[in-house]
Amino acid sequence: MSSLPVEPVETRSPGEPPAAARTAWRVGTVIEARPETSSARRIILDIPDWPGNDAGQHLDVRLTAPDGYQVQRSYSIASAGLGSRVELAVDELPEGEVSPFLVEDLQVGDKLEVHGPLGGYFVWMPQSVTHDLRPVQLIAGGSGVVPLLAMVRSHAATADPTPFRLLYAVREQGDVFYRQELLQLAMSGLTLDFVYSRRAPRDWPVPAGRITKEALAAFAIPASEKPRVFICGSTGFVELVAGWLIELGHAAGDIRTERFGGS
Amino acid sequence: MGHVDGNALAGLFAEIFPFDVTAAVGRCAHCGSTGMIGDTMVYVASPGLIVRCASCDEVLATLIETSGRVWLGLSGVRGLTVPE
Repeated sequence: MSSLPVEPVETRSPGEPPAAARTAWRVGTVIEARPETSSARRIILDIPDWPGNDAGQHLDVRLTAPDGYQVQRSYSIASAGLGSRVELAVDELPEGEVSPFLVEDLQVGDKLEVHGPLGGYFVWMPQSVTHDLRPVQLIAGGSGVVPLLAMVRSHAATADPTPFRLLYAVREQGDVFYRQELLQLAMSGLTLDFVYSRRAPRDWPVPAGRITKEALAAFAIPASEKPRVFICGSTGFVELVAGWLIELGHAAGDIRTERFGGS
Repeated sequence: MGHVDGNALAGLFAEIFPFDVTAAVGRCAHCGSTGMIGDTMVYVASPGLIVRCASCDEVLATLIETSGRVWLGLSGVRGLTVPE
């Protein structure tokens, strides 16, 4: 699959306020929905008044039941840049209140209430904006790859010269989000490594198992190169990896994390 | 339920403040360390949220949402630097 026509948000310079000023509740229409893995779904929304978003930002989805009961959850945005087309990839949590609806029930043509774009902390912006020449290491646990994919897409779309490396920890090959696109991006400027926790492909050099400090040391840009690091995954995964990175000599201030909660 | 991080506050705070709270830098009244609000630890406990310092784990803020209003306690925040 070819990468999406993303463009950097060039309407502000580093000193200007981030996206919060443009944040609002909006209504999007589902224009595309298809299986991403056996438990996840890619959902593309058209949100006419969407102001664009930076790579790594999220939005809140609000569902309202006929009796008025409301429930709200945050989802990372897989797309970045200007335009009204906003892409999500949602993993179904069996006990979840919102994700089973999004993955199983939501139909093309349905309307969805969203609040965003949100968050100016876990974002990557091109070198042309930040003037930061350091390499970037991305580390994903499972569906935590979504905001990192937005960064990789933005990096590719802007032909940004920053060295980019993605370490993607996932149960098995069938659980990899955006597999074709990632493999394609790995042929042009992205260094891509997988660690499989449940089952590794045949001939894979690293046996299946939970990520180790050794694997992290082998597949992440070393601390001596002072990379900026973005980690997204479950709370347990993020804290484990961030702790090891500190032990490996990375500065806490160079590590940005996004944890997605208890279960 | 475990904790998430300060990024999770973006949506709720965007309803209250006209700036992105997660990119603001706060000083902890307990240990004096500074950090971006996006870097704090947020514990979700119905009907609200508890925000804790990433360095000393003490409570920075408490946020309770009930019908039609939000109560925000900032007992552990000595100051907040907001990007202009």
